[in-house]
Amino acid sequence: MAAPSSLGSWQWKQPSVIPGFGLTLGISLTMLTLIVLIPLAALVLRAGSIGIGGIFEIAMDPRILAALKTSFLTAFIAAIANAIFGTITAWVLVRYRFPGRRVLDAFIDLPFALPTAVAGIALTTIYAPNGMIGQWLAPLGIKVAYTPVGIVIALIAVGFPFVVRTVQPVMEEISRETEEVSATLGARRWQTVLFVVIPPLIPAILTGFALALARGVGEYGSVIFIAGNLPFKSEIAPLLIVIRLEEFNYAGATAIAAIMLAISFVLLFVINAIQSWSQRRFADA
Amino acid sequence: MPELDKSRTSLRDPASEPAWVRWLLIIIASIFLALFLVLPLAAVVIRVIQAGWGSFAETMTDRDTLSAIRLTFSVAALAVPFNLVFGVTAAWAIAKFDFKGKTFLTTLIDLPFSVSPVISGLVYVLLFGADSWLGPQLKALGFPVVFAFPGIFLATVFVTFPFIARELIPLMEAQGTSDEEAAITLGATGLKTFFFVTLPNIKWALLYGVLLCNARAMGEFGAVSVVSGHVRGKTDTMPLHVEALYNDYNTGGAFAVASLLAGLALITLLLRTLLEIRYGDQVGHGAGHK
Repeated sequence: MAAPSSLGSWQWKQPSVIPGFGLTLGISLTMLTLIVLIPLAALVLRAGSIGIGGIFEIAMDPRILAALKTSFLTAFIAAIANAIFGTITAWVLVRYRFPGRRVLDAFIDLPFALPTAVAGIALTTIYAPNGMIGQWLAPLGIKVAYTPVGIVIALIAVGFPFVVRTVQPVMEEISRETEEVSATLGARRWQTVLFVVIPPLIPAILTGFALALARGVGEYGSVIFIAGNLPFKSEIAPLLIVIRLEEFNYAGATAIAAIMLAISFVLLFVINAIQSWSQRRFADA
Repeated sequence: MPELDKSRTSLRDPASEPAWVRWLLIIIASIFLALFLVLPLAAVVIRVIQAGWGSFAETMTDRDTLSAIRLTFSVAALAVPFNLVFGVTAAWAIAKFDFKGKTFLTTLIDLPFSVSPVISGLVYVLLFGADSWLGPQLKALGFPVVFAFPGIFLATVFVTFPFIARELIPLMEAQGTSDEEAAITLGATGLKTFFFVTLPNIKWALLYGVLLCNARAMGEFGAVSVVSGHVRGKTDTMPLHVEALYNDYNTGGAFAVASLLAGLALITLLLRTLLEIRYGDQVGHGAGHK
């Protein structure tokens, strides 16, 4: 594991007097390989043995297509809601001083600490037709629990911290002077916010959006209770993986997992590209 | 900016919003938070109170519940130290040295975050399940992985893998290497340098990472659900036991167990907030949340 001896100007590792590089890198690489890389490689190999044609054939099953559509669409809507309300919340936390701000700030991280199953059964009892909020929505003909709307609600709840926590530190760094300049030059406040404050925040908002989206697509625990899990209507892709596994249909489960991973990586790649573009466009401003 | 603060008290600051906009935004954020985060927590408490003390006590003394609590604590007691070793060694190698492929390595560490918990469980079923090459041989040797403790442990480690490393790397990178270099130059050994120079600088961030890691380890549902096999009193963890009770229409019991997990989450948040108030600059504010 030691660094190769210096080959001209090219060096793999910068020399340092601090010891322990080989040891710590060795231990962490071994653990990473055993816990993360080998198991993920097993999934890729298994998917490879089914073949692209085989996966495509499995994916064309209308029930799987419907589940994938439900998963990605609900995650997308929830991530957009979180991008909007998360940015507002970050703004309120960074810019305003009001009683209860500390409590608000502390509660943002609740979804990181609260087990998803707990969030799932709690949201279900709230939004069920006889629940705290559901009973008021039911007479209006609005059904939340056991429909895709319920899935969106659960995904908003678990994805909420991502946008707030990525936007918040960037907002804290913004210098107020540019806003003062903008105001001095005659811009109205809304113009300053729209054209001066928001643009440099866009990369951070997109990062938070991507994280919330990725989390939402894969989310299982909070969703299965509130979704009702009706095939073709409110069944999510991760649940279908579980169902296939319970049928001992390993190839089917692997195929759905491979498709989910592929779509997620393409989405994250696209969002990364937009992000680096907007970073070049706005971050220097 | 003392001038700015003065002007805010007398006249409306031109670089801020009118008061009604400010209050409107505060109210929107509060309602959003109440609706999606506070209300579910309140619902757990209300349901437990509605079911009554008798039902709560009955669930808590039930053998299956006790076994689920024991399993959850044993899994966390092994998974958290495991990830602690990984987090500290990975952060030392990445933050204190410069080498090619560092960014790539950091990306690999984050990989479990972008994988669905169900897939995190699935990969171990594919490696060690009935259909695999390794699984049946290990089982024949009396060491079953899937539908047993080792599988639950592995799935938990997988989903919590990045937590501590992510908390430490940005902080240790920001702190630089001069302290360690000084210690080494003055003759300290590597271990001494770590325990007496580095550790005091990172201990609060480390504790913070451990808290988050522990909360997730105890609360993980999807990944553990896939590998556990759901044998009551044997391979059901607390979150899985919540599901089992809920599916039995034993809502009172489900919420009783859920209230324990919710209490754990609240304690985690409380400790987190206290850490941030007291040692805000030493926990790498906001860095570990991504």
